[in-house]
Amino acid sequence: MEKGAVLEMRGICKYFPGVRALEGVDFTLREGEIHALMGENGAGKSTLIKVLTGVYPKDGGTINLAGHDHPVNIRSPQEAQNSGIATVYQEITLCPNLTVAENMYIGRTKGNLTNWKKINADAARLLDELGIPAMAQQQLGSCSIAVQQMVAIARAVDMDCKVLILDEPTSSLDEQEVEKLFRLMRDLKQKGVGIIFVTHFLEQVYEVCDRITVLRDGMLVGEYIIEDLPRVQLVSKMLGKDFDDMADIKSESDTDNIDYNGTPVYEAKDLTGTTGIKPFDFEIHKGEVNGFTGLLGSGRSECVRAIFGADKTAGGTVKINGKNVKINKPLDAMKNGISYLPEDRKLDGIVGDLSVRDNIILALQVMKGFFRPFTKAQAEAFADEYIKLLSIKTASSDTPVKSLSGGNQQKVILARWLLANPVYLILDEPTRGIDIGTKVEIQKLVLKLAAEGKSVTFISSEIDEMIRTCSRLIVMRDGKVVGELKGDDLNQNKIMATIAGGESK
Amino acid sequence: MTESQKQLQPKKSAKGFFGKLIQNQLFIPIAALLILVIFNLIADPSFFKISLDESSEGFLVLSGYLITIIDNASELAILAIGMTLVTAASGGQDISVGSTIAIAGSVVLRVLCGTDSRPDQMKAPIIVAFIVCVLVSALFGAFNGMLVAYFKIQPMVATLILFTAGRSIAAWINNNELPIISDPSFGYYGNFIPGIPLPTPVFIAAVCMIVIALVLKFTNLRLYAQSVGINPSSSRLNGINPQVIKFLTFVILGICVAVAGFIKVSRLSTINYSVVAKDIEMDVILAVALGGNALSGGKFNMTASILGAYVIQFLTTTLFKFKVNSAAISAYKAVVVIILVVLSAPIVRNKLIELKNKISRSKANTQVGKEGV
Repeated sequence: MEKGAVLEMRGICKYFPGVRALEGVDFTLREGEIHALMGENGAGKSTLIKVLTGVYPKDGGTINLAGHDHPVNIRSPQEAQNSGIATVYQEITLCPNLTVAENMYIGRTKGNLTNWKKINADAARLLDELGIPAMAQQQLGSCSIAVQQMVAIARAVDMDCKVLILDEPTSSLDEQEVEKLFRLMRDLKQKGVGIIFVTHFLEQVYEVCDRITVLRDGMLVGEYIIEDLPRVQLVSKMLGKDFDDMADIKSESDTDNIDYNGTPVYEAKDLTGTTGIKPFDFEIHKGEVNGFTGLLGSGRSECVRAIFGADKTAGGTVKINGKNVKINKPLDAMKNGISYLPEDRKLDGIVGDLSVRDNIILALQVMKGFFRPFTKAQAEAFADEYIKLLSIKTASSDTPVKSLSGGNQQKVILARWLLANPVYLILDEPTRGIDIGTKVEIQKLVLKLAAEGKSVTFISSEIDEMIRTCSRLIVMRDGKVVGELKGDDLNQNKIMATIAGGESK
Repeated sequence: MTESQKQLQPKKSAKGFFGKLIQNQLFIPIAALLILVIFNLIADPSFFKISLDESSEGFLVLSGYLITIIDNASELAILAIGMTLVTAASGGQDISVGSTIAIAGSVVLRVLCGTDSRPDQMKAPIIVAFIVCVLVSALFGAFNGMLVAYFKIQPMVATLILFTAGRSIAAWINNNELPIISDPSFGYYGNFIPGIPLPTPVFIAAVCMIVIALVLKFTNLRLYAQSVGINPSSSRLNGINPQVIKFLTFVILGICVAVAGFIKVSRLSTINYSVVAKDIEMDVILAVALGGNALSGGKFNMTASILGAYVIQFLTTTLFKFKVNSAAISAYKAVVVIILVVLSAPIVRNKLIELKNKISRSKANTQVGKEGV
């Protein structure tokens, strides 16, 4: 083994029926480094992690761990843990109804008697040492997601791990929480722990990582020291092509010929939600792309949910093409040509066990009616058309949608709503948690739809994306619409200033 | 060919036929049926004898264990249809079907007998009794459905109410008397129609299966029930009303209960409130499970459930045939059920596939070795 390395994977292969998930991948982790594992969805990051943690048996290759003379064979997550490999997943896998200390020591006490006093003291000491703002005897559920994530890390650290895997730990955290997490990661690095960091956020990689390993289509592209690989290069390595698409997205759009004086496609006056948002006015014109922006919890999702009828509304008038309509439930909105891609893909979007085909036809089928099902051939034709159109990567249209990668699941839901042929499409965080290539595809698609005369509301946490795609932004703060920006005002500084409020210039 | 590709190949072929077979939802019920058939063939081939005898009414009817099985399994198969839908949409089971069958049967007798428990003539046409029975059962199904769909009570808890109260309600409907109908034409539906050699319940079950097949083909019940069972929140955002769908499945089960109850009272022309269809809910749930349907809801396979019902009846009849003490039958059933359920667990199926792969791989290796020599 290389000197200083804590983990060496060589020539790792993994096959699934009909798919080559990993082919001869090498990966080296050194003591006290933070190593980013990058790649698009389906590049093999998760598979590599799962092989390393014993979730999948490997089909070829060797894994060497520091302190072992021979290659190790990891057959289960438990074995991985025992050999000092700890994993913290994107979703918290602890028990929210137990205390922090219980969560840290559950399943690790020896014998039948448990010395709770000692455990609580140990936990308190460790939390203090790592600077985690939580009390040992506090219920885990009462901590913020970030702190819960840190507790998961503390648990891992206390188990004496040499290798710590963080799989998308930051995707549900806000900026300050991410900063706290990074501080903890740097501390651990000082203590000599090797950290594998899987994320979609490029900025974060450049903020904390020392090295990057890039995978593409199950193959190793290369391992780089962070200083040697500028961002653009990284992106082009991940995509396998030169990357200037992002820059010229906007130039393809043509916002001049939107008739802002005509009748809006959708218009709401004093629309009042029941989920803590203040009454708001909103309109969108034919061919327009606009967006709601604001911090997490500012009420942007609640606004679009009220528009779609996903949450009950308490008042206000809604006009579609100048005609008064009532929207009380999602089906009303759908029948009026509104589509809504929800923020939480797993919870509100996909119907996991159903096939890709059923997921694609679902909305259109519901609109067509309970007593008029599509024939199998029709459904098949629709599914095939959209699988091709959006280049959804799936073995077949019969595959359960839950077995697809995140980006492809998102495309399936997009396909569902495109098939419904809406006049007004609401996309709430369509680009969250998916790879950069798909992000670009989705943004381009939005602009293409607008060019075809559809209206789109686009919400994203990444302001860059909003600026690139939207021609008008509605800014929200604390459940209230606080501003509207368009034209030259659409720049990062102005948006930030509006979000933050009056004082900042 | 690289080393890894070589390893890949036998796996593929195993996935091909054997893998598909084992992953198919119909595999377990069909395999169970085959095992029962083979067991009976070895133990006593006369099990499969079907003879054409003269019945007490003087016409020719088919008899034999196989006929008994398809006859007695009718109620179970009909109930399995409704239970499959309830399971898929609500992710829970209705444990009140036995008790509500008692109610349905009691209603039929009440309408036919009026206040007289030993009428010389039926007081109403049978079709009227049947329709009233369907309405009442659908109403009780709606009661369960309302508790589950609108009050969000767990199905098993919600249906516990009628499970406990159902037989008392049934007795109360007829003032706790046991009406007996002497008119033989009422018995046609649970026994034989003169001149037709197959028992009538078989035809009724067949009609129910055809109806549900048509419903599943010409409506979106399957898609809706599955979506609601898998992800109610997402279903709602796609315009489906999960509450209505859950409610609907309970009403459908109520109708199935009505049909089953009608057959039950017709078989004997009377009713015993505390015994009729006793424990049938467990057999029905078992049929659904045996069909490889997840009891936590979601995707379902109707054919597999119905097949499951016949497998369970086959088993019961086999046990009776071998003179197993009727008190001990449940214990025997339990053993068989454990085996079937374990076999149908995905983890065991995957192990089976792995085993098969290992065997075929070692075979391939020895062949390569021989060629080398």
